[in-house]
Amino acid sequence: MPAPIRLRELIRTIRTARTQAEEREMIQKECAAIRSSFREEDNTYRCRNVAKLLYMHMLGYPAHFGQLECLKLIASQKFTDKRIGYLGAMLLLDERQDVHLLMTNCIKNDLNHSTQYVQGLALCTLGCMGSSEMCRDLAGEVEKLLKTSNSYLRKKAALCAVHVIRKVPELMEMFLPATKNLLSEKNHGVLHTSVVLLTEMCERSPDMLAHFRKLVPQLVRILKNLIMSGYSPEHDVSGISDPFLQVRILRLLRILGKSDDDSSEAMNDILAQVATNTETSKNVGNAILYETVLTIMDIKSESGLRVLAINILGRFLLNNDKNIRYVALTSLLKTVQTDHNAVQRHRSTIVDCLKDLDVSIKRRAMELSFALVNGNNIRGMMKELLYFLDSCDPEFKADCASGVFLAAEKYAPSKRWHIDTIMRVLTTAGSYVRDDSVPNLIQLITNSVEMHAYTVQRLYKALLDDISQQPLVQVASWCIGEYGDLLVSGQCEEEEPIQVTEDEVLDVLEGLLVSNLSTPVTRGYALTAIMKLSTRFSSVNRIKKVVSIYGSSIDVELQQRAVEYNALFKKYDHMRPALLERMPIMEKTATNGPTEIVQTNGETEPSVVEAKHPPPVTQPANQANDLLDLLGGNDVVPVIQTTMPTKPASAGGELLDLLGDLSLSGAPAPAPAPSVPTSQPSFLLDGLSSQPLFNDIAAAGIPPMTAYSKNGLKIDFTFERANPNPNIAVITIHASNSTEADMTDFVFQAAVPKTFQLQLLSPSSNVVPALNQGTVTQVIRVLNLQKQQLRMRIKLTYTHKGSPVQDLAEVNNFPPQSWQ
Amino acid sequence: MMRFLLLFSRQGKLRLQKWFMPMSEREKKKIIRDMTTMVLARQPRTCNFLHWKDLKIIYKRYASLYFCLAVESQENELLALEIIHRYVELLDKYFGNVCELDIIFNFEKAYFILDEFLMGGEIQETSKQIVNRSIEASDMLQEGDNSEWYEVELFG
Repeated sequence: MPAPIRLRELIRTIRTARTQAEEREMIQKECAAIRSSFREEDNTYRCRNVAKLLYMHMLGYPAHFGQLECLKLIASQKFTDKRIGYLGAMLLLDERQDVHLLMTNCIKNDLNHSTQYVQGLALCTLGCMGSSEMCRDLAGEVEKLLKTSNSYLRKKAALCAVHVIRKVPELMEMFLPATKNLLSEKNHGVLHTSVVLLTEMCERSPDMLAHFRKLVPQLVRILKNLIMSGYSPEHDVSGISDPFLQVRILRLLRILGKSDDDSSEAMNDILAQVATNTETSKNVGNAILYETVLTIMDIKSESGLRVLAINILGRFLLNNDKNIRYVALTSLLKTVQTDHNAVQRHRSTIVDCLKDLDVSIKRRAMELSFALVNGNNIRGMMKELLYFLDSCDPEFKADCASGVFLAAEKYAPSKRWHIDTIMRVLTTAGSYVRDDSVPNLIQLITNSVEMHAYTVQRLYKALLDDISQQPLVQVASWCIGEYGDLLVSGQCEEEEPIQVTEDEVLDVLEGLLVSNLSTPVTRGYALTAIMKLSTRFSSVNRIKKVVSIYGSSIDVELQQRAVEYNALFKKYDHMRPALLERMPIMEKTATNGPTEIVQTNGETEPSVVEAKHPPPVTQPANQANDLLDLLGGNDVVPVIQTTMPTKPASAGGELLDLLGDLSLSGAPAPAPAPSVPTSQPSFLLDGLSSQPLFNDIAAAGIPPMTAYSKNGLKIDFTFERANPNPNIAVITIHASNSTEADMTDFVFQAAVPKTFQLQLLSPSSNVVPALNQGTVTQVIRVLNLQKQQLRMRIKLTYTHKGSPVQDLAEVNNFPPQSWQ
Repeated sequence: MMRFLLLFSRQGKLRLQKWFMPMSEREKKKIIRDMTTMVLARQPRTCNFLHWKDLKIIYKRYASLYFCLAVESQENELLALEIIHRYVELLDKYFGNVCELDIIFNFEKAYFILDEFLMGGEIQETSKQIVNRSIEASDMLQEGDNSEWYEVELFG
């Protein structure tokens, strides 16, 4: 059997291969040779063969058949064999392999070897890839070596101990005694690894942390010596003495000083010294400054020191070196919350970084810019950020757009500015805007009541230019559907009103329906918008035609909507105005951010808001029946929920349910919703506050009245007219309590004659505080199509001084203006 | 701690792989693929730092070799650049004007040097001279073995 070829020769040969196939062939041939050589149990060439195997492994070829051979090499007496054997073990074996454990005994022996380089190999291997079992078995040996005076071994033992602790944290205690005089070493290697070991222990155990706090003065001294000492050739890097050790000590000081005043004070001076004396011309000096800044920001440093740190970061921002700018931005991002004002001073530099060519820097600068936006700088910052949005890479656009929306919402100086900003984002980055922004924007737009005309006009103009950006198209369709009447009437105050006819508007919306660019969701928006315009425009026939066409659309969502809208035209035309009337202002759910509002086509379905409802009354249906009984049978219809503008496809099923409900409305059915807020969020804008919704729309000057006053409970009614539908009266009840005890579990119910329709919104609370300290308000909307005299039966239930109270009353003294 | 160190050529050929945490072969292969793709795609004048999963990647090109070091998020990136530089200096001292070919043909030596400088994901020795002396002494030990055999250099 010829001697196996040498490693170098193999490498040379393999590199001559011109194709992958050729290389594979050579490797397979050699592997076969190596395999037979292994089978012969040849000690002489084992080392060479394993080395070749490791080379082939690096090229990506399997080498598992060499694992056992590595173990044999480790067990050999020759240093050469051990060197390659341990290397092979580290490359081919890890704790997932069973053979791994076979190493334990070898390592144990080698840890006690007479040659320190053999001991070093064993420590290195154990410290790199020792499994938990191995660590448990050999921790004692490591601990012994940690106390040796041989610095070569001591430093390796320290890092090996770090690995043991990472694998088996319970063993941490046993290394504690050995740490006693680790820091008194002169040898930098030992010092460095000792600091690493101490850091690991402090990070894992608060007790250890407390115990090692006493080392702070010693650490400070070592650091001071490093800085003050003269040139030391052994550790010098560009004029700085052992930067690796300096950084490590700074990191340990950070951990020790955090949340501890005394330690923080003890390190104050040295930190200031390092911060001011370190050379900044090379990367290494900046590395130390960077670590210093991180330490200053984390411990309880005095304000002067903190300002110094932020200023260092500010200087970093102006550095030519990109890495340093990047690192500065990252650190500023971490500190912007706690030291906001200090960071604000560097705002202009940060904003300049938005124009940097480096992608990582741009991203950091963007995040930091958003963090720095506040009420004072919003206009300037937004200009920069919008410019950035225009020109940045697509990967940034979504985040930037979301950030702009958030910032605009928080700090918008005026509604007009807000709408303009939204428009700018939608038109420049419209396709990157997140889907959940659409409902949020719609909600914002409804809230800016006086801007409706301006908004719809701008959106309409934007649609004329470009219908490819879906979020823009969706918001625009919704607005046109809602405010189309303002659009054609040319009412805009903010800018020159445009002349547009109903047909032109319908052309645009129909265009969206047929365009290939529109997604199914967008088509849904467009169809619903067209439908809504049937109550706002006069060209109802055209709309009917469009709707009926889509009744046979392939798209199921669209078809369902169209069919339902058709039904609305045919069977329920009298309901149509009420269903499709203008949406009231939507209130956002209190605590949660925009994404909590699950809106589809402009309706709030805040499942969160249900928690705000008072507990629903147990048997609403029965109580409705009670009212009926009292009023003599079919005279009165129990309160039903009038539906809001129809929901889009995703809730198509519910719409059908609604129509089902309506068909039952004649009978005293239990199905219709009770007069208390229901657990049926689908149709109501449950999130509405119970304050009068249309304050800014002229109330017809209807005088308020007292509907009920008995036993200390007084209920007043105030009136508004709903706009644009004058057939709806909006009544707000105000319940007050003049007794000395609160009225809890307060529930107000109402019933009206059949010719009316009544909708009860959620009350402000269910506790009427004593001694007139507050009122419970609730909104009632009454649709009075036949203009009959309004009558109402009310039922009050509450708990007063521990006992339940119930009362019924009839309210007949409505002022004529409320129903005429 | 450091998680891994990779050396690869501009064509993406791996020249050295040091893993400081146990990982399956499949994971290692995937990481190597990801790193080479990411690093080789970087524009010339961009910064040397990247984000990958929860790790920071620091890379630097020396001649035809890319050095790619992955560290945990609390590590100091600027110092990581110094670590890479120190390793290159150690290789340079040992091989004398080190080039990629040296590392290809003497990869095991590159590992030995690395194992005297770093261990378990941390820096083991901060003095260049001590590392060099350890390697020289170990090499001498190796020669002591080999003098029994007629082949003086077992590794060619």
